Amino acid sequence: MRRPWQWLSIGLALAASAARPSVAADLRDLYFGEALYQANQGHYFDALERLDAELAQHRSLDEPQLDSLQYHIRQADFSVGDFELRYRMHLRAGRAIKAVLDADVDQPVKNEAAYRLARIEFQKDQPEDALRALERIQGTVPDNIRDDIEFLRANVYLALGRPGDAADVLRRLQGAQSLKGFAAYNLGIALLQSGHSPEGLRQLDKAGQVDSRETATAAIRDKSNMVLGSLMLRSEDYAHAQLAFDRVRLEGPYSNRALLSTGWAEVSAHDYQKALVPWGMLIGRDPTDAAVQEAKLALPFAYGKLRVYGRAATLYGQALDSFGKELEKVDASLRSIRAGNFLNALVREEIKEDNVWVVRLRTLPDTPETFYLTELMASNDFQTALQNYLDLEDLHRRLIAWQDGFDAFEDLIRLRRANYEPLLPQVDAHFRELDSQMRVRLEQRDHLQKRLQDLLTAPRPTLLATVDERVALERLRKIDKALQHASGPECDALQTRMQHLQGVLTWRLYTEYPERLTQAHKDLHALNDNVRMLQEQYTAFVRARQAAVHSYAGYDQLITRMRTHVGEALQRVDTLQARQGHVIEAVAIDELNIRRQRLEAYQLQARYAVADSYDRALKEHATGGTQ
Amino acid sequence: MRKHFLVVMSALLCICARTSPADESARAQMKGLDEQVQEVKSDVLSIAAELNQLEEKLLYPSDTHLAVFVSLAQGETLRLDAIQIRIDGGLATHYIYSFKELDALRRGGAQRLYSGNIATGAHEIEVSVSGKLANGKDYTQTERFPFTKEIKPKLLGVVLAGPGAAQPGIHLGDW
Repeated sequence: MRRPWQWLSIGLALAASAARPSVAADLRDLYFGEALYQANQGHYFDALERLDAELAQHRSLDEPQLDSLQYHIRQADFSVGDFELRYRMHLRAGRAIKAVLDADVDQPVKNEAAYRLARIEFQKDQPEDALRALERIQGTVPDNIRDDIEFLRANVYLALGRPGDAADVLRRLQGAQSLKGFAAYNLGIALLQSGHSPEGLRQLDKAGQVDSRETATAAIRDKSNMVLGSLMLRSEDYAHAQLAFDRVRLEGPYSNRALLSTGWAEVSAHDYQKALVPWGMLIGRDPTDAAVQEAKLALPFAYGKLRVYGRAATLYGQALDSFGKELEKVDASLRSIRAGNFLNALVREEIKEDNVWVVRLRTLPDTPETFYLTELMASNDFQTALQNYLDLEDLHRRLIAWQDGFDAFEDLIRLRRANYEPLLPQVDAHFRELDSQMRVRLEQRDHLQKRLQDLLTAPRPTLLATVDERVALERLRKIDKALQHASGPECDALQTRMQHLQGVLTWRLYTEYPERLTQAHKDLHALNDNVRMLQEQYTAFVRARQAAVHSYAGYDQLITRMRTHVGEALQRVDTLQARQGHVIEAVAIDELNIRRQRLEAYQLQARYAVADSYDRALKEHATGGTQ
Repeated sequence: MRKHFLVVMSALLCICARTSPADESARAQMKGLDEQVQEVKSDVLSIAAELNQLEEKLLYPSDTHLAVFVSLAQGETLRLDAIQIRIDGGLATHYIYSFKELDALRRGGAQRLYSGNIATGAHEIEVSVSGKLANGKDYTQTERFPFTKEIKPKLLGVVLAGPGAAQPGIHLGDW
């Protein structure tokens, strides 16, 4: 049996989109914004690459709270899980969110993390784990995700085979606008599964009448009507079956099946005339559609029942032609797939601009292999295989580009080495010379600073004398020394003059001392500015010198190792891609063979029926019946 | 024939279709492959991270690294067609937007428009944008901003808003 939660996927998709993290309204971290930019375009590899790097860097910081990512950290943790899920990395998805759950954060944040984790577990087909995550939600739940949580809980119950519990939850969600149609449909299914068939059918009837112009809601409404109609048809309640099928839109994914089923409901009620309308409409549609092909037999069958054998014979003849052409198409498709064209068509870039590109594959010229596979390609399993194939193709292209990149890196390194290595010895020699001069000057400056510092505590005015004053003081000292050994009146007069001059100088040194000290400090500050500039230049030089070496040294081993990693990964990717491609081709061929067998059976029926109709027409004609 | 038709029809409509052992086998094979694909994706992501570091070290050392990002103001309806960046008068880059890229910007993404190298010191960036307003009128705008490159990598964020926005025009944020 198909797992029940697989037919609820549309409902979950809506819930997931409703809870998608809001865009960075106030972006504080540009690299996080870049990850969103990539993710918004569906480039999940690039988004993950960016976000993984940002988160790793953020977590390695000593003070992560000062990092710009801190402002978005919860959204980043949640987004990484979302991106992993969307990149179909289910095994990895959820690790970051689990970390949030185990961290010391507020309960509302934990609640949101638990919800997101539950959603991931559910999508990973692990409903038990999803329920465990949901059970961690306590206390206040943010309004914007309250309904989504309950809807998910109901889906988890259904997946766990607890439809009664699911129905209880879904009953409470019937008023939720964001789940309009989905909650109603799922409640109908839950009631049917829990054995409350009449109530379930009534609920599906309600879900089939939901009023909405939303594409997704209209699609689930169609689905409700299809399920209800088919159940009614099985229980031979043709009037209600027809009512349900009639409510399916004439343009939509279920329209062909609905038209076919409407006709069968009429035929089952023995109203062949009414069956002509939907089937007549249907046979003009896409000839590769299974419902259309069936209608091509069903319509003449109805005419036959109405005893219009001539028209029936003509239509059977047309059906026969059509089936022949379709068989040729199927055979062409089979040949094309076996020639590898299907995989080539899937990787064509020009059609992948939007998310319905699989449907548009049919519009590509020269791709007959895709005509019969649109329906198959829309199935979950095939989609996973197909997306994996495309992801592997993307990885292959990246790895090839990286391999080429290594050659470019090595060229760059070689050129840098050739440029810098001859220059550096001369630069280093000159630098050593300048470095020693600089050290001497810096020592002198330090000495001056120390002396000035000492003057603050022990004033020594003579230390601030000018050069002329020092020379004058020295001369006066020598004169004083000479006068000590002389005598006489002239000596006394000279002694007096000398003392007078000494007094003048001392007076000047002492009275001007504060200004001189202030000036000396100002000069020192000015010197400090120059020294700072010098040191900046020195640091810049050292950094540039290091950068020059770092621009070419130490990469050889790294590049060799990475080249090996890339080569190994490329080999694995290519092997996996070939296997995945083979699986896709095999599934496609199986599908085409099924369609082929069905067409052959139709062809056989048409062949017998056309002969039978002609016979009957002739008999009618012979007996004078109406034609 | 009617019976046959009903069987076909119910197969089409059945919500709980049975799967054959062959289907189960194919599904198991697909699941096994899927797990291996997930592993190789993880490995290639690790390689990409390491390669990015190597590329940044080799091509954009931190002391010269300049990166310019572009984003749209919240709720902005301007249809951005193209942008051009000049640094110190020289053309750094120009870019024409696809619908998908514009949508990604409108939903809060920031595009890394330019990565390059620049010397430390004072510089000037000129941003020119062209596009269409919600009313269909053409919109062009050019702004110049001074900035200083220090030793650490320089990240500049250009935020664009049309004339109807709360803070219209081109704004430069420094990160």
